[in-house]
Amino acid sequence: MGQTVFEPWNDPNVKPLIQFRNVTKRFGDFVAIDNQSFDIYAQEFFALLGPSGCGKTTMMRMLAGFEAPTEGTILLAGQDIAPIPPNKRAVNMMFQSYALFPHLSVWENIAFGLKRERKPKDQIAERVAQMLKLTRLEKFAKRKPHQISGGQRQRVALARSLARAPKLLLLDEPMGALDAKLRQDTQFELMDIQEKTGTTFVIVTHDQEEAMTVASRVAVMDHGRIIQADTPARIYEIPNSVYVADFIGEVTIIDGRATRSGDGYDIAYAEGQPPLRAQTDKTFQNGQACHLAIRPEKVAITAERPEGVVNAVQGKILDIAYLGNLSTYHVELPNGQVIKSQIVNTRRLSRRNFTWEDTVWLSWTETAGVLLEG
Amino acid sequence: MRRFILIAVPYLWLLALFLVPFAIVLKISLSDIILAIPPYTPTLDFSAGWEGIKAFFGALDLENFRFLATDDLYWKAYLSSVQIAFIATLATLIVGYPIAYGMANAPDHWRPTLMMLVILPFWTSFLIRVYAWVGILSNEGYLNQFLLGIGIISEPLTILNTNTAVYIGIVYTYLPFMILPIYSTLERMDASLLEAAEDLGCSRIKAFWLITIPLSKNGIIAGCFLVFIPTIGEFVIPSLLGGSRTLMIGKVLWEEFFNNRDWPVASAVAVILLLILIIPIILFQRNEQKQREADK
Repeated sequence: MGQTVFEPWNDPNVKPLIQFRNVTKRFGDFVAIDNQSFDIYAQEFFALLGPSGCGKTTMMRMLAGFEAPTEGTILLAGQDIAPIPPNKRAVNMMFQSYALFPHLSVWENIAFGLKRERKPKDQIAERVAQMLKLTRLEKFAKRKPHQISGGQRQRVALARSLARAPKLLLLDEPMGALDAKLRQDTQFELMDIQEKTGTTFVIVTHDQEEAMTVASRVAVMDHGRIIQADTPARIYEIPNSVYVADFIGEVTIIDGRATRSGDGYDIAYAEGQPPLRAQTDKTFQNGQACHLAIRPEKVAITAERPEGVVNAVQGKILDIAYLGNLSTYHVELPNGQVIKSQIVNTRRLSRRNFTWEDTVWLSWTETAGVLLEG
Repeated sequence: MRRFILIAVPYLWLLALFLVPFAIVLKISLSDIILAIPPYTPTLDFSAGWEGIKAFFGALDLENFRFLATDDLYWKAYLSSVQIAFIATLATLIVGYPIAYGMANAPDHWRPTLMMLVILPFWTSFLIRVYAWVGILSNEGYLNQFLLGIGIISEPLTILNTNTAVYIGIVYTYLPFMILPIYSTLERMDASLLEAAEDLGCSRIKAFWLITIPLSKNGIIAGCFLVFIPTIGEFVIPSLLGGSRTLMIGKVLWEEFFNNRDWPVASAVAVILLLILIIPIILFQRNEQKQREADK
């Protein structure tokens, strides 16, 4: 028996926890958020991903209550949150700088929000102990923030924001200040804590790997708009635009013109070359400009032309990026187009087949590439 | 060796400009008054050799300190100075904190201008600025003219030559010493701390009490000491703005020196004043030390 898949966004009966309804946010002339409508569901781990200045932090600050939308409404559990000040919202935020109170101990930092609720002392102590255990900070309860490490500080910030058991937890670049190794461990820890507490998490990040790792859905943003909001797998495999395809992972984009033929399309991309084949659910007019996006790991690299493949092109190796477990080959076609091919280095380096300037064949299947409108 | 020289410079400085003068004052305080130049005895006479030095130390006694203890004018003056300094420090804090807070929260491009405005009064003579207050606070002064003019009062207020005028003068003069250390702690404060406090359920006012005030504590303490310590020995402000009933030790000291020409008693007053000031000075140094450690 497999577990039921967690996909509330596909279930029309589930009411979303957060609804953005035509939300626009302007700072003077600058449009930070441009007429956005989308839903976030309870217990989701929702990532807002984009380059700096794309509006993701503004989105988060509107949820926290530090900014109000210029137009449109934000509903939390069906209620418009615009008139509710930040200190009355069932929303807590973990700040990028952590914003730990330097004059208070770890224990007092975590208890800060609980004390504001005027809970009895023993209840506060119990809840703080629970949070300290969850974030493995029991030993550091009496220390001040400047007496603990960066990773520990990050966990204090998380414990503090979770202590009030918010309906929604906002995380602003939570791993920004951690080094790469610690970041990976923390990502899994964060997912674990999210699962244990059942809290809805919204995370803001510019690190696509982080978003893909932790999130149930990722919203890729650019210039105040959500370009695509979908599961990490669909974002990667079925990007809806060149922007998304290019932003997430490595990709080769081949520009061409589509012509319907059979159950797919022929893509003319260079004069004197046979067209490439691709299948898609989308419809293109004959001769319409299109982009074929191919992930490098879906492109095979061989010395001879492989038998029975639909797409095969010949080119010269321009560059090799050796990453240890993987190698990415940049292969230049006669028309100047560079296609990336990635292979797993299952063999030792000494037996590598190809080197610079070698002439090789690249091949991929009809369904490997994604055909996108121009 | 080079390190030794480096350390020696500030110590020599202290020795020459603080310890030696203090030793001289201490010596005078143990001497007796005579009508001569200088107006005290004994004076050290090296020509008499060893006997002269022995006679010199034999003539020193604590008589002046005993006199200070018996005449209640002196301890009343000390007590009154501490009291006036304390109230004035509190008043300076109440006026200075909002100014520092406003400066720290002003837009970035305004801050240098505001800082300049706080420091600007230092560029004119302190004496002239205090005299200016005589013109403002006197019975025919600008303040009374203004209040009479708009009809709030029918009789001129008597402010000059009262303790109120002294408080106004002290608050005015020492305000920058209060503002600057508080401003520097507030300016360094991370604005996201207040957002975090609000996010965790604080109202703005509550966040101010729970976060802003504790985090500016070191600035408040530094500012208070910087006002309190010089105010205890303040002489110019009480003598220009205060009345005959304003009792401050600085004034008493001045009168002993210049009116009575009793250098030994005046020196004894100064020595006691220094002893009183040592306590807050040590506390101030401690606070600075703690702050430096916290900054690391």
